[in-house]
Amino acid sequence: MAATASSRSKPASGKPEASTEFTKDQELLAYREMLLIRRFEEKAGQMYGMGLIGGFCHLYIGQEAVVVGMQMASRDGDQVITGYRDHGHMLACGMEAKGVMAELTGRRGGLSKGKGGSMHMFSKEKHFYGGHGIVAAQVSLGTGLAFSNRYRSNGNASLIYFGDGAANQGQVYESFNMAELWKLPAVYIIENNRYAMGTSVSRASAQSDFSKRGLSFNIPGEQVDGMDVRAVKAAGEKALAWCREGNGPYILEMQTYRYRGHSMSDPAKYRSKEEVQKMREEHDPIEQVRGRLLRDKHATEDELKQIDAKVRAVVAEAAEFATNDPEPDPSELWTDIVL
Amino acid sequence: MAANVLMPALSPTMEQGKLSKWIKKEGDTVKSGDVLAEIETDKATMEVEAVDEGVLAKILIPDGTENVLVNTPIAVITAEGESADTAPAAPPAPKAETPKADAPMQAGGEKPAAVAKTEDDAPLSPAKASGQPATPAAPEIPAGTQMVSMTVREALRDAMAEEMRASDDVFVMGEEVAEYQGAYKVTQGLLQEFGARRVVDTPITEHGFAGLGVGAAMAGLRPIVEFMTFNFAMQAIDQIINSAAKTLYMSGGQMGCPIVFRGPNGAAARVAAQHSQDYAAWYSQIPGLKVVAPYTAADFKGLLKSAIRDPNPIIFLENEILYGQTFEVPKLDDFTVPIGKARIARAGSDLTLVSWSIGMTYAIKAADELAKEGIEAEIIDLRTIRPMDTETIIQSVQKTGRCVTVEEGWPQSGVGAEIAARIMEKAFDWLDAPVLRVTGKDVPMPYAANLEKLALPTVADVIQAAKAVLYR
Repeated sequence: MAATASSRSKPASGKPEASTEFTKDQELLAYREMLLIRRFEEKAGQMYGMGLIGGFCHLYIGQEAVVVGMQMASRDGDQVITGYRDHGHMLACGMEAKGVMAELTGRRGGLSKGKGGSMHMFSKEKHFYGGHGIVAAQVSLGTGLAFSNRYRSNGNASLIYFGDGAANQGQVYESFNMAELWKLPAVYIIENNRYAMGTSVSRASAQSDFSKRGLSFNIPGEQVDGMDVRAVKAAGEKALAWCREGNGPYILEMQTYRYRGHSMSDPAKYRSKEEVQKMREEHDPIEQVRGRLLRDKHATEDELKQIDAKVRAVVAEAAEFATNDPEPDPSELWTDIVL
Repeated sequence: MAANVLMPALSPTMEQGKLSKWIKKEGDTVKSGDVLAEIETDKATMEVEAVDEGVLAKILIPDGTENVLVNTPIAVITAEGESADTAPAAPPAPKAETPKADAPMQAGGEKPAAVAKTEDDAPLSPAKASGQPATPAAPEIPAGTQMVSMTVREALRDAMAEEMRASDDVFVMGEEVAEYQGAYKVTQGLLQEFGARRVVDTPITEHGFAGLGVGAAMAGLRPIVEFMTFNFAMQAIDQIINSAAKTLYMSGGQMGCPIVFRGPNGAAARVAAQHSQDYAAWYSQIPGLKVVAPYTAADFKGLLKSAIRDPNPIIFLENEILYGQTFEVPKLDDFTVPIGKARIARAGSDLTLVSWSIGMTYAIKAADELAKEGIEAEIIDLRTIRPMDTETIIQSVQKTGRCVTVEEGWPQSGVGAEIAARIMEKAFDWLDAPVLRVTGKDVPMPYAANLEKLALPTVADVIQAAKAVLYR
């Protein structure tokens, strides 16, 4: 566990053996990737407020270190699948910001041609398998991705993300059982952001240490400071190595926090403003990297501003595209139903 | 008092079996629990145990006899020194007939009481029922093709085996599909040929393994997911509908899901409400799914092969009662039947009967009875529920002007209701009478034999409906 681990982090059951220290390039990569997600989500929030994005829109702000750290630990060919808070995962997988944003606005240039929306995007090319709107459905589906890897003996692993709320669904345990039984290369990444919509972990979970949720299946697990991208990457590498060695699945409880509401229509009555503020000030994943970059003289303020400007430009371009791209052709109503 | 040992039933739908081997011989002393003989059906092998002490006085059915009806006396056990002749008079002679491709599944009074279905309701072998070849040469079978007799169960297994030989991406998973050889023996022998990598026994965890199968399909494999029965698929219906059926659309055409969900659907016999539901109408409502419900072994084989190759999620509805029925199947290296095409099972000009799956057994028998009264019914075996071959139905109705649908499912929002609506929309001016539906009754399936009989449609119901649309 990194030195910056928050006070709420319990000791991990098995500390990552890999070094948690990042090189300059790794710090800069993590900074850029997390910043892209942060700025993208902020823009999505604005566009939702302007009425350009409809329906549900679940923002990933605060949790960026989880998916960025895991992507830094994974390799090309490993599949990613997640639930409905998925914009960050898509960007981290390398899917174009323009395509993601245009899908949020329901335009023809969206990654699903405007037919999926915020919760339903996919990219076979980037090994991203959604984007699923039914809580925990992705856990069984992701276990199937892992099954396909073992079936083909291709050495790939599946990164299966779900939240502390989804962790209470029955199919999660059906999947754990099969994954361990068949030694499937699956990393179950439980993004514990402390609230399932408005229900805190302590009010919903009899066992709130999610790293122990696989114990009865003999699946090892550990708690990770999900606000520290270095800790995430180190834990991810350990888990993926475990999978690739044929040992079966691994559980990572990422202790993280979402700054925004569950979705855009969140009354925020279930937690205090002070709690959110404290987390932002003391544990923000991006500020941690930024602080280290400056401290270690890996970058100057100016250089970081340049990165920021580039990221803002990407997001602005995506927003521009998503605003002006036409809606899908009416004929699209009847396409892609069956092949 | 001497006692008869009767041929036991191994399952609710077993009607006959083979007496493979006597373990005890005449004159042996037996006590309760001793194994007397081994019997087998197409599903399983079982030992017959003595329930009384005494002497195995007489063996009535010799080793190796096939098709011994359930409840037939197979031996007599007497008390020490007693004569075998004091045994109660045996019921009608055991039907120890040689196996025939078109052997009737049961015959009137000799039917064991334990089997709920009565003669009228019983699924008949089509050859016997219609007095004509079981499968009128369908267009997909080239003229002169050699036909072989095969049960539906064997046809399904062959279809899977052929497709598994053709592509390593095809695998089968489900409860008891491998070492047990299939809960209904449909996957018999697949483990031996293809190994545990491709014939995967799952835990009892429908929701989980259905989702796992869908995920594997998204990754490009071609899973065949067997549900022990479709009743249990309700645990998995979220993955079937929300994940399998909708992903292609939600992904703008990027992420297909080539998967087959298959297993027995609808009522078996005497298994009551939770194990006796017909899901044809449920799944047929879902855009993104194809729903197949064949009747003949040829169609089961040809359609399952097509389903496995299809890039879409397929609901493949089988029927436990049809598994053991024998039909003629074309002997071709690669016989497929197109999904979405109905079959004219019998030509006629007076009215159209539309059915599928086990409903066909009622339709065929009713058509035979109607023919005796000079009424020629055309029978359409729909084979695929979605996409529905509306054109074939409409063309027939334009010829006959009258239509009756036949299904075991419930009436409200049933498949028959859908067919009636389509006929009304597309052939209203050709109709000479309202379309009538023969369906299962609008009740959960009861257990009691008499109530179960009342809950299912009957051949008499079909005849009555046919006459009603003919105003006779």
